[in-house]
Amino acid sequence: MQSRLSGTAMTLAYERRTIAEDLSVTVPDRSFTVIIGPNACGKSTLLRALSRLLKPTTGAVLLDGEDIHRMPARGVARTLGLLPQTSVAPDGIGVAELVARGRYPHQGLLRQWSREDERVVTESMAATGVADLADRAVDELSGGQRQRVWIAMALAQQTPLLLLDEPTTYLDIAHQIEILDLCARLHEEQGRTLVAVLHDLNHAARYATHLIAMRDGRVVAAGPPRDVVTAELVEEVFRLPCRVIDDPECGTPLVVPAARRRTGAEAGTLTIAAGGGKRA
Amino acid sequence: MKTLRTPGGLSLRLHPRAIVVGVTCVLLALALSVFAIGSGDYPMSTADVLRALTGQGTPAEEFIVTELRLPRLVTALCVGAALALAGAVFQSLVRNPLGSPDMLGFTQGAATGALVVVVVGGSSLALASSAVVGGLVTGALVYGLAWRRGVHGYRLILVGIGTMAILTGVNGWLLTRAPLMDAARAVLWLTGSLDGRGWVNALPVLIALGVLVPLMLAAYGPAMRLVEMGDDAAAALGVRVERMRLVTLAAAVLLVSLAAAAAGPVNFVALTAPHLARRLTRAPGPNLLPSAAVGAVLMVAADQVAQRAFTGHQLPVGVVTGVLGGAYLIWLLATERRAGRL
Repeated sequence: MQSRLSGTAMTLAYERRTIAEDLSVTVPDRSFTVIIGPNACGKSTLLRALSRLLKPTTGAVLLDGEDIHRMPARGVARTLGLLPQTSVAPDGIGVAELVARGRYPHQGLLRQWSREDERVVTESMAATGVADLADRAVDELSGGQRQRVWIAMALAQQTPLLLLDEPTTYLDIAHQIEILDLCARLHEEQGRTLVAVLHDLNHAARYATHLIAMRDGRVVAAGPPRDVVTAELVEEVFRLPCRVIDDPECGTPLVVPAARRRTGAEAGTLTIAAGGGKRA
Repeated sequence: MKTLRTPGGLSLRLHPRAIVVGVTCVLLALALSVFAIGSGDYPMSTADVLRALTGQGTPAEEFIVTELRLPRLVTALCVGAALALAGAVFQSLVRNPLGSPDMLGFTQGAATGALVVVVVGGSSLALASSAVVGGLVTGALVYGLAWRRGVHGYRLILVGIGTMAILTGVNGWLLTRAPLMDAARAVLWLTGSLDGRGWVNALPVLIALGVLVPLMLAAYGPAMRLVEMGDDAAAALGVRVERMRLVTLAAAVLLVSLAAAAAGPVNFVALTAPHLARRLTRAPGPNLLPSAAVGAVLMVAADQVAQRAFTGHQLPVGVVTGVLGGAYLIWLLATERRAGRL
């Protein structure tokens, strides 16, 4: 398996809290890799490490065979892009101006805005469908539009590898699908390698070409969604009893959580709660 | 945004409105300067002032201009620009419009340094150097206390405000320890005053501005705009965020300390000038140069008001900047509230 980006034997820790030990992952080239796992399993931490925002205490992240922390920051930024979970649009900034900031790693003191910069920004806005919004202020946009603008900025960075930290969080279902469709298109049409952290297992199974399932700082399974998303594995990773059926739309695995078997105690709690509601 | 390109592949990106604001402020500062030099107990016409400045005036006029009025004016311009620049850097780094050096304890640190000399006794040069040392030590202390695998904006603000409170207390204590006459002199210094400032006060700030500003703009001009989007976003674009923060913070603290050494801890210029500049340019980013230009104009204008508001009695310039700055903040709050942004 060809891979430009991998982590080997990493210990990932914040302050004194260790998130993961001896963690190794490989991102296959030209894949749409999605990292899944329950809350606090270390998936966002892994993404931070891969994008060199967090330095592993031991082990290393390798980009094209080189330790990412020994490479010049701008050089890395021309190969590896990141869409962080929280970014702040400066007050009153326009869409085109924000997208243009993605060109920073390609610019210099005396080469602040080449024709190439201009072309790439126009293309990035077209690819994400925000070209019509070019002159609008970012704070006036809807959540979905704004996320597409941030993705356009990451695209303008022109990196063969693009990492996305929970790109669909805070969006409604229609906008989630819109963003994931966009990611799939970028992956298929532009041949970029994408790595995303997603919360929704079914979205992950539908869009990913390669899944990494994590629990407690360990990789439990990695591979194509068909192999990874099984009832046993979902139970092991998420502690969720479920059935896995074929998605009637795409044929990808679809996780259907098991119906809750109500225990006696639980039923009692419910009755009391309902009674309380009636009295109030 | 406008772009200038040369056939050789060089290109510059410019914000036309920011340039208009900057140039207007510089022209305004020049006009104010000529007016300031021409007015006083010995009034001079504009033509006289220009003649004296170019070395073609009478010896008496040249003495008044180059030895008395010009140094005070240059001190005002430089102190205003330095404070405004530092304010713009702080506000941008902590991503908070209230993150100015007066709020974060750096100005108070410079004051502590100066007051120590007042209590112990020493020349005005010792007082100025001690103010610089006080500001720099406070800067290092705040940075060190706020550092925890990197410095985050809100930690810096909290540590800064705490430091400011402590130092204000220390300064009060130092004042009570000083002999009465020295204490009176110290209070005048603490208010911020340009009275009797000479080249010896102006030059250090002027040199620091001349060296630090081009360096800061060349090394971190674009990076400072990127950091406003968040540390992660900036790092993803290849900015070494922590190094940038340390360097720009050190430069800003140095500017504040030198400004305080020259004119005392003048209030509110560092807070209001970047605000005004941003409102005028409507450009995102720290707006360093427009802020500096606005700060210089504010300071010279405030000094003129201070000298002329009451005939026969000069106010310290810090009183004027404090009153104007405070009024501006209240007005800002009111308009922002009406516009529903607060």
